[in-house]
Formats: sequence, structure tokens, C-alpha cells
Amino acid sequence: MQPYTPLFEREALTEEQKLERFIARIENGDKIEADDWMPEEYRLTLIKLISMHGISEIMGALPEKEWVPKAPSLRRKLGIMAKVQDEMGHGQLLLRVVEDLLTPYGKTRGDLMQDLFSGDLKFHNVFHMPTKSWADAGLIGWLVDGAAIITQTNMLGASYGPYARALQRICAEEVFHAQHGESIIMALAEGTPDQKAMIQESLDRWWESLLMFFGPASKETTGTSKQDITIKYKIRTKTNEELRQSFFTKYIPRVLSLGLTIPDPTLRFDEEQQLWIYAQPDWDEFKKIIRGEGPRSKERLALRRTSYENNAWVREALAETMA
Amino acid sequence: METPNKQALVDLLLQLADDDFLYSYRGSEWLGLAPHIEEDVASSSIAQDSMGHAAMYYQLLEELGLGSADMLAHTRLSHERKNTVLVERVNGPGYYMETPEYDWAYAVARNYCYTLAKKIRIDALKKSSHAPLASVAVKINMELYYHLMHWQTWFTQLYSSTETARDKMDAALALVMADFGDVFSYGKNGAAIEEARLIEGENILLDRWYAAITPVLVGLGVTLPEIGHERNGRDGEHTPDLNDALATLGEVYLLDTTAVW
Repeated sequence: MQPYTPLFEREALTEEQKLERFIARIENGDKIEADDWMPEEYRLTLIKLISMHGISEIMGALPEKEWVPKAPSLRRKLGIMAKVQDEMGHGQLLLRVVEDLLTPYGKTRGDLMQDLFSGDLKFHNVFHMPTKSWADAGLIGWLVDGAAIITQTNMLGASYGPYARALQRICAEEVFHAQHGESIIMALAEGTPDQKAMIQESLDRWWESLLMFFGPASKETTGTSKQDITIKYKIRTKTNEELRQSFFTKYIPRVLSLGLTIPDPTLRFDEEQQLWIYAQPDWDEFKKIIRGEGPRSKERLALRRTSYENNAWVREALAETMA
Repeated sequence: METPNKQALVDLLLQLADDDFLYSYRGSEWLGLAPHIEEDVASSSIAQDSMGHAAMYYQLLEELGLGSADMLAHTRLSHERKNTVLVERVNGPGYYMETPEYDWAYAVARNYCYTLAKKIRIDALKKSSHAPLASVAVKINMELYYHLMHWQTWFTQLYSSTETARDKMDAALALVMADFGDVFSYGKNGAAIEEARLIEGENILLDRWYAAITPVLVGLGVTLPEIGHERNGRDGEHTPDLNDALATLGEVYLLDTTAVW
């Protein structure tokens, strides 16, 4: 049997024809693979999206690890260790997907790290925030991972095959994380008055960040948004606002059932529009945060950079043994 | 079980439990900071397994009526701890919540020497006169095979690479050996542990450790630095590093020891 050669390579097609066929493929529900022809806009959008997702998993380990040794029982210590390890695993899986996409540009994982340190590669707003109590460890698992499940489920059918497959595994694990977080929160909610106060205080602090997690409703809010392009290329299906509404629908009843108060007195469900009405977070603050001017942005980046530089000799040593 | 034997068993179990509890803690401080992402995934898995081992030993103590496993893990003070000094030492300067400057050479040297010692102890514990302990040892042994392979690979790789790496490994191995004197010790009541046949004698195990590490060191052209005996952690002699570690490990639990977390 002849090895399979993609149609694009068998015929001399113009760029325009290639694009036409590419669009027809994704309209058809075909998966695009790493070695397939793809328009540069698609490749660059994927690189930006997946590298941000991957690096966010890795940077996300830093706030959570603060609570790993402090977890208040052996069982909780084991649970949170497993969780943070999974997140690093997701980061690794995603960076492998990006590495393939970067090949034509001759860039590597090391370049991504440099982009992170220079501020060109952003990471999720939530991971720029400080953690202050054990309730934060629960809330991150429950609601931040809960929010992540909603955005990632939206991309399970992504037109780019390697990303869609990575997400299958990631989402399956995120479900465990949300259960791990929920279990911590339930124990606190059933606990002493101090424990209950600890969750409310945590929710109050994290609420705006959770709303921001889904991104602005339109590019008018912050000046830029990739959502139109990602929808056009069938990487995702729903808009930021639709995802945020799904989050409200899923989690508001659960939050209230634990006896907690949502720190937004204007929040209500409008029956007529079938929409949640809520106070907008401060989108200028959001822009500052993802620019690297959030409350803990500099410290987290410094931690990552210092450890990267301290370990440079190890990478050099390993390169030597490979040579 | 008769009283003298029970005390010997409790002593041994506390040594084993505290060792892995602290070893796991030092491993978990590296989370997110390992030399590359693949290593982060691997070494955090090892830290997690080790916390699981500590939990199994604390559980055996709970079953002996010593109090809950969580209480034993989180509330005992520094002078009550029986871990080897080797596992309580910091990973390098700086607190893990700020911007620590950890030393990967020290991590590799400590983890390899400790894991090899742990493997030798676990093999001996499989024949322990206390059946529940022997059965825990069988479970731990399965995971330990991979831990040892992992750290031995790092140890030989770093020693076989650049001059910088070799110098760092030499310095790290000297630090590790300075604290190694109590690793195989059973403390001042060790004779009772051996008499009860809970585990073979200290010197037998130490000889096995030498026999196992010597070919590796010879292959790498490394001379083992002298083993120090400044403190015996088995008798509650510890460094200030342990106090700091315990304060972190118990911070939330100690907010309310009667609450359900």
C-alpha cells in the first residue's frame, strides 16, 4: 500500500484553493492534524490559545502548591498533591501539542519559557491572585476548575485533533479536581462557624476573578478578543458570555445551597431574557492583571524565573549526557 | 502484644512514619520548581507516594491505640519526632512560599541515598514479626522499585555529565553523608526492636546499603564522604529546620484540632 499523502500535497494548489479545502474540511467535522496544511492565522491562533492554556496549568500549580504541605489531614494532603501533579501533567501535555505547532518557526519549549518571562505569553487571570486560607484551596478546585471544565468542554470538539484529544483527558481529570474541591468546601460548610466564615471570605475575594475567567463579553470591553476567530475556525462553539451564563446556571444554586452569599446584590435570573443579570467585574483591572500587574503576578513569575535560572546547570548537564 | 514489645513496635513505626512524612514534605516543596516539567510530574508523584507510605504507618499506630493518624502526623513536637535528620533538612535557602533557591544536586543526592536506604529497610520489613507491618512493606515495595530507579538514573546522569554538575553533586553528597549517621539507627531503645525481630539489626542493613551503593560509586569514580553522627533524630535530636517544617505541615490542622477538615 502507498503511504497516505494528504490531498493538498498531491496537487499543486494555490493558497486560495488550499484555504478553501481547509475550510471545507473543518465544516465537515474533519480533524486537522499537526502535519496538515493550515492557514497561518489558524496556526497562530492555536499557538496562542494552547500555549496560554498550557502555561496557565503550570503557573496554576504555584498558588495551589502553597497549600499542599498545609493541607489539614493526611487524606487532604494526598488529595491536593495528586491534584497539583495532574495540573503539571496537563501543562506538559499541552506544551507538547504547542511544540508541534511551533516546528515551522523553529521555536521550542525554551522559547515559550522566555516568552512567559518577557510577558509576551500570558497566563490566566486567576493565577495572578494571592491565596490566603485553606478555603482558597477548596474554592480553586471547586469553582476555578469548575469554570475550566465549562470552557474546556466547549472545545472538546475542536477542529484541531491533537488539542481535542488532549482536552478529552484533561476534562476527565478536571472532574475529579472539582470533586476534590467540592469535598473540601462541603467539609468546611458543615463545620464550625470559623470554617464557614473562611469559605465566605474566600468566595468574596474570588468572585470577580471567577467572572473574569471567561473573558470579556466582546472585544469592545477590553480592546481585543480572540473569540470570533476561534469560533470561525471551529476551535470553540460558545461565546465568552454564553460560557459565563452556563457557569452561573450550574454553580449559583450550589453556592446558595451551602448557605453562602454571592457577593453581588444585583445578581438575579431574568426569566424574560432567560439570562443572569450581574455586576460586571472591573475589566480595566482584568487588563492590568493579564498584563502581569496583578497582585501576585511579579512574585509568581519571579519564582518561575528563579527556579528556571537556578536549574540551568541541570539542563546543560542533561544536554551533555544526550550528546 | 506484651508491653516491652509494643513500645519497640511503636518506636519503629514512628521512625518509619516520620521519615516518610518529612521526606514527602521536602519533595512537595519542589512542586512547580523542578528542572523540567516532566521531572515535576515524576517527582511530585514520588512525593505523593511517600505521603501515602507515611499515612500507612501512622494508620498502624492508630490501630495500636496511639491516637488518630492525623493527630500523630500533625501535633507531635520536634523533640517527639523520630525521623532521621537527613529528611528534615531544607532543600536550600529560602521559604517555599516566597522565592526559594533550591539545589537540585542536593535533592538528587539526598533522594537517592535515602531511597536506597528505604529499599533496604523495606526488604527487611517484609520479614517483620509484626504481620501488619510486613504486609505494608510489601505494598510499599512495589512503588519503591520505581522511586529507586528514578533517583539512581538522576544520580548517575548528573555525575556523568559536566564538571559543574559533578562539583555540585560532590558538595551535595558531602552534606547528605554528614546527616546520614542516624538513617539506620533505631535509637537508644534499638536493642528491643531487634530482639522483637521487628526488623534486622542496624549494622546488617548499613552493610547492605554500602554493598549496594559501592558499585555505583566505583563506576562513577566517586569516593563516599565520611558519615557524620552529630545528632540522632531517632532520639528526638533535631535541627531548627524541623520546627519550621512542622509549623507549616500543621498550620491549618492546628487552627482547630477537633474540627473536621
